[in-house]
Amino acid sequence: MKTKRYFRLLIHLVLIVSIVVIAFPVIYAFIVSTLSFQDVFVYPPRFLPGSHAVANYITAWKNINMGRLLFNSTFISVAVALGKIVLALMSAFAFTYFSTFRGKGFFFVIILITHMLPLPIRIVPTFELMRDFNWLDTYYALTIPFFASATGVLLFRQLFLTVPSSLCDAARVDGISPMGFLGRILIPLSKTNIAALFLIEFIYMWNQYLWPLVVTNRNDMQVVQTGLKMLLAGQAQAAEWNVIMAGTVIAMLPPLILLFLMQSSLVKGFSLQEEK
Amino acid sequence: MVSPAVIVVIVFLIIPSIQSLYLSFFRVSPFGNRKIFVAFSNFLDLLNPNYLNSFIVTLIFTLAVVLIGLSVCLALALAANQKISGIGIYRTALIWPYALSPAVAGTIWALVFDPSTGAFSYFISLLSGTMPNWRTNGDFAVLVITLAATWKMTGYNVIFFLSALQTIPLDLQEAGRIDGAGPWGRFWKITFPLLSPMTLFLLIMNTLYGFFEVFGLIDVMTEGGPARATEVLVYKLYYDGFISLKTGYASAQSIVLFAFVAGMTLLQFKFAKRWVFYQ
Repeated sequence: MKTKRYFRLLIHLVLIVSIVVIAFPVIYAFIVSTLSFQDVFVYPPRFLPGSHAVANYITAWKNINMGRLLFNSTFISVAVALGKIVLALMSAFAFTYFSTFRGKGFFFVIILITHMLPLPIRIVPTFELMRDFNWLDTYYALTIPFFASATGVLLFRQLFLTVPSSLCDAARVDGISPMGFLGRILIPLSKTNIAALFLIEFIYMWNQYLWPLVVTNRNDMQVVQTGLKMLLAGQAQAAEWNVIMAGTVIAMLPPLILLFLMQSSLVKGFSLQEEK
Repeated sequence: MVSPAVIVVIVFLIIPSIQSLYLSFFRVSPFGNRKIFVAFSNFLDLLNPNYLNSFIVTLIFTLAVVLIGLSVCLALALAANQKISGIGIYRTALIWPYALSPAVAGTIWALVFDPSTGAFSYFISLLSGTMPNWRTNGDFAVLVITLAATWKMTGYNVIFFLSALQTIPLDLQEAGRIDGAGPWGRFWKITFPLLSPMTLFLLIMNTLYGFFEVFGLIDVMTEGGPARATEVLVYKLYYDGFISLKTGYASAQSIVLFAFVAGMTLLQFKFAKRWVFYQ
């Protein structure tokens, strides 16, 4: 019994130390975001918060037009998450219920293809396509190329397959149209999965960096992630870390808050995703 | 109803990918107005030392991210899977790095390793008496981006390992205990084999992360430097394609990356059948 107690104590200790080590860089970033410019360069470094937080956050906000960037990031993240969910719901519905489309093989080929073609592999031609569409520096370029989601189709298809076909027959007898069945029965049944997919896709899109960098040039079309690069630009020596960290904290808060609010659905969403 | 999704896949995935292959046989003329057919010359250019350097840097970096990340995160997940009090809080406190972006990880680790003011630089100087500077020391730069990239993936890896650990039936552990296996033996004989499908899945996801998603982190921290020490393949592709405007050469690099990803994906699908069995 005694060894068991020591073992538990050891586990607690290991977990606490790991959590502190993992959290340390973020806590330190937060501390630096509250220091004055002079205090950033004090040696040894300071590990207690200062009193310049408000000034730093205002400077960071103004320097890179943070209000606009936050709007851009939020808009494209919500648009892509919703777009993917709608397209995935529709495709999964069609694949499950209109089986004249006898295409399990076709279905897997498409999924295989979307897996095999991450953005860097097609980035030059996709960029040229955006240029030819006149989509550079627009929300179209930042959202529409991301709309296809194999993960989402699979997730919803698996869920729809568990819905008993008698339910579908009953709906048909009651004169409910296929779209009505999707909207009134299947979507309410998939609520947790929709929430999970929304969270995963929102975070995924919020954290995109390479594509926004390539298809935007105007300052007012930047996103929060590329804004960080603007804050850092030309600061290799004597960097204003206090201001840069203020910007970094702003950039990481929205997805973090969403994660904490929706954590339970995330775990569920992942356990579905891994089954692919 | 499938058509919108199919159109998106065809227009933005399949056609551009085929064009990548097509472009890889051309070179843009000096004035940028014509494409000249050059056969395999772009591919032969991949044999130059800079590209081979990129290749080696990517392999070392990715291997380190995968090995360190998976072993540390498996240990953390095992600890967080024990029946002890406050476990919900521990889990939350372990998975949040999932929400951070590579670019955010980059700025934060650039700060903690800042050569003159960073906290970690300070700790290192206390321990060793010297402060290595990753802005000038290439090997140290690789170490710093490896740590930053691994750190950012901890949340993701822990979530997946935890969810896999929770599907392992407790009576299997119990049976192992009755048969006289110690904790160490039970881990290697029961837990680890049952985890292997998840380990393979994470191995592939972390490898793809090491190859592609670290772009933001590298662009923010080192821009491939110092002296190309951290110029991974995806960074070189971006640089050649969008800074040097050698679109043909960049496309040839895309094709090499495609061959790599195709191999990984087929591997994943080959083993995927097996892990449905375990669910």
